[in-house]
Amino acid sequence: MRYAMAIDTKKCVGCSDCVVACQTENDVPIGYCRDWVVEVTDGTYPQLETEIRSERCNHCDNSPCVRCCPTGASHYAEGGIVLVTKNECIGCGACIQSCPYDARYTHPDGYVDKCTFCMHRVKKGMEPACVAVCPTKCMYFGDLDDPNSPVSKILKTRKFKVLAPEAGTKPNVYYLI
Amino acid sequence: MKTTRRDFIKISALGLGAATIGGSVATAATKSFFGADKLNKLMTKRTATYCEVCFWQCAAWAYTDGADNIKKVIGHPDDPHCNGRLCPRGTGGVGMYNDKDRLKTPLIRVTDKNGKQTFREASWDEAFDVIAQGMKKIAQEHGPECVALFTHGSGGKFWGHLLKAYGSNNISAPSYAQCRGPREVAWQGTFGEGLGSPEPIDIRDTKCLVLIGSHLGENMHNGQIQEMSDAIDKDATIITVDPRFSTAASHSKYWLPIKPATDIALLLSWIHVLINQGWYDKAYVEKHTYGFELLKTHVKDFTPEWAYGITTIKPDVIRKTAREMFNAAPSVIVHPGRHVTWYGDDTQRLRAVAILNALLGSWGRRGGFYLSDGISLPQFPHPPYPKPKRNWKDAFPGQYNLADSALANGICDATLPAASRDCTIKGWIVNGTNLIFTLPNIENTKKAIENLDLLVVIDTMPMEITGYADVILPECTYLERYDELRTSRHRYPTIALREPAVEPQYNSKPGWWMAKQLGHKLGLDEYFKYNDIEEVLDWQLKQVGSSLDEMKRLGVKKLDRDAFAPLYFNENEAVEFFTNTGKIELYATSFINEGFDPMPKYTPHPEPPEGYYRLNYGRAPMHTFSRTANNPNLTDLMDENTVWVNPKVAKVWSLENDQYVWLENQDGVVTSFPIKVRVTERIRWDSVYMVHGFGHKNEKLSRANGRGASDSELITNVMVDPIMGGTGMRGNFVTFHTKKPAKGGLL
Repeated sequence: MRYAMAIDTKKCVGCSDCVVACQTENDVPIGYCRDWVVEVTDGTYPQLETEIRSERCNHCDNSPCVRCCPTGASHYAEGGIVLVTKNECIGCGACIQSCPYDARYTHPDGYVDKCTFCMHRVKKGMEPACVAVCPTKCMYFGDLDDPNSPVSKILKTRKFKVLAPEAGTKPNVYYLI
Repeated sequence: MKTTRRDFIKISALGLGAATIGGSVATAATKSFFGADKLNKLMTKRTATYCEVCFWQCAAWAYTDGADNIKKVIGHPDDPHCNGRLCPRGTGGVGMYNDKDRLKTPLIRVTDKNGKQTFREASWDEAFDVIAQGMKKIAQEHGPECVALFTHGSGGKFWGHLLKAYGSNNISAPSYAQCRGPREVAWQGTFGEGLGSPEPIDIRDTKCLVLIGSHLGENMHNGQIQEMSDAIDKDATIITVDPRFSTAASHSKYWLPIKPATDIALLLSWIHVLINQGWYDKAYVEKHTYGFELLKTHVKDFTPEWAYGITTIKPDVIRKTAREMFNAAPSVIVHPGRHVTWYGDDTQRLRAVAILNALLGSWGRRGGFYLSDGISLPQFPHPPYPKPKRNWKDAFPGQYNLADSALANGICDATLPAASRDCTIKGWIVNGTNLIFTLPNIENTKKAIENLDLLVVIDTMPMEITGYADVILPECTYLERYDELRTSRHRYPTIALREPAVEPQYNSKPGWWMAKQLGHKLGLDEYFKYNDIEEVLDWQLKQVGSSLDEMKRLGVKKLDRDAFAPLYFNENEAVEFFTNTGKIELYATSFINEGFDPMPKYTPHPEPPEGYYRLNYGRAPMHTFSRTANNPNLTDLMDENTVWVNPKVAKVWSLENDQYVWLENQDGVVTSFPIKVRVTERIRWDSVYMVHGFGHKNEKLSRANGRGASDSELITNVMVDPIMGGTGMRGNFVTFHTKKPAKGGLL
């Protein structure tokens, strides 16, 4: 099982609903976030292109954060989801430094926190909160090993990219372009 | 919520006294004992609601834990407004409930012996006494018509009922003359009916969507955003006309970076091309429309080459996009927009939009505009309302006859005394709308307020308007109250219920209760012959075969369409339109009867003077006007606005990203607060752009106070639409100050 997400930049309007939904679903304190929205504009008026995308932990196959964690708090869980075990985390921040996506933050309670692909929901057969709430339905989630999962199906039909491929992290969040 | 014996033991086991059950201490204790997951599983209850963060009113379920904390609000899967997906504001709606800056108890303005005015906390009874006294006095001295209601949002029906019972029908919503009014009148003049909300636009099945300055995706009109996304999936062509590279523009096949204030020239040119090339639905036009030959003659000279000189849009692009529309016809939507009060000739601009849709045959067709259906619920029985002797229109003899709703600005102006007016309004009841930010020309609004004998404000938050009130009534948020049933029209009729998820916090109360109590003080008990709102809702629901119990279970009830009213026109059937001719009027007979142009014309609008830039404003997806500017969840996403400046302009003024500037308009009005510069290619060099609703000046709004700047302050030039009285607000020009100017703003 390999969980992955695909996000359609042709549909995302950058409304940040994914951010609020994650905060409320996961009790992320106000002022912090596990996902966020990025806008990149290229060109000169009026020859312009703007890409808007929702970003989060890429749940990389080759995660620098897991490798550098001194206590083993950062680990791979079922389906390749990268998780932090709260009470094993000493808050050293090595993982925050190592992540090329800036996907982790230190929770005010002292441990490092990040996107879990809403594992508690996924276990129950639900979609992550961000995917479930998105008004544009621009996010697809599922198991890459299952050819019929929404994410496998969309990746078969669309062009895509990953972020910072040069970092060699083998990310599992794909952007449809 | 009932406290069970089990709760009691758990809490006391944690060492907390039994007396604290139900308070915040108990909440914290319960949480730490269980952990979020288990709590959810064990104790979650859900209650039906519909969202009140914006006017789209998406139906939802509010989830609360065992300790009465609202955990989340999730869209109702059966609701056509949201299809189970709320927008960020709906998802963050719980912030409205949790905001510690809320109005907490009734407040009455008092003046001490030194003349200093302050607000004094009061009981509800005292507050209603003061209001009733004021209203009775106005009724005696001037007549009850001299009290007006401004309202936005759900509680308005209750206040409207109270006002009508009292004897006034001066009931207005700024959502008309400050927003979508011109569009309604243009549609009535063309198709014989308005559009309403949500607009019956079949974006889901369209092949071509044309947006004229409508920034879908930044204005988060939920159902429409969802359907635009569906249309993108189906490879529909999107054409966006906007001087700014909006989010919608970035998702479009064609972006037409039009010179601001020239839209009518482009629209006329499109009409010219469609007619001259024969790119219109001939059968539909012949069967359903009136005035085609007159229109053809009218647009004869409006060639793309003519329009190019005005709009800066190249002739081949005008032709190509016209062809795209025709290729898609009738599954094409030239979007009527929503906030359309721009330049004072807005009704005529929207007439041009309506005509385009008529030529393409999209009204009443799949992928164009569907024919909506809805249910109307009977009113709870009450005696007939007294007939008011006058209304605000008497202040404007012979004007705005085509307006089908009261003008908020009209009522504001009718509050200013004038020798020619015999009905000067003396009392305002303001429900859920921050008039200081909502109405253009703040000075004018303040002057009107000075002439009032009574100003009552009902709100959940201490918005600027509350600072001018004689009495402030703190309403509980939508998550804490019952409201009227939502019965808006859609592809099929629905009823949606709002019931309280939790008890009201502080000493706040629902609008229905306030209106009934005040009604009692005014001696209008016969209009409120029920004990509580549940009785009213249950009675209404039973008239249509449902009940309050059923609605609590369902949240949203989907009803069948009227069997004789198809979703689209039946090709072989004759259609009667509610116009003078019974046809779709390309040539508007109702307009000519009132002395207005029966077909739209282009008139040039003033351009910014040297060193000034046209002020364009709009929305951000995570905010609704100024009402969310203090919401803790939503300010976390965006806590101030920025002014968008083209890099060329930034160079001239040596402006850098994130630098703060003050804006000054053509009338010398300066913003009260500085605004951050965003240097971006996404804006034309002749205009700037900012999101509306920021720049609050009220220390009671701890997160919003002094954050960003208010476009409302800068809108002092108002171009009134002669046809329906809408307030055109896009004729203001601003320049920059990098140092704080000596003079302050209007707030």
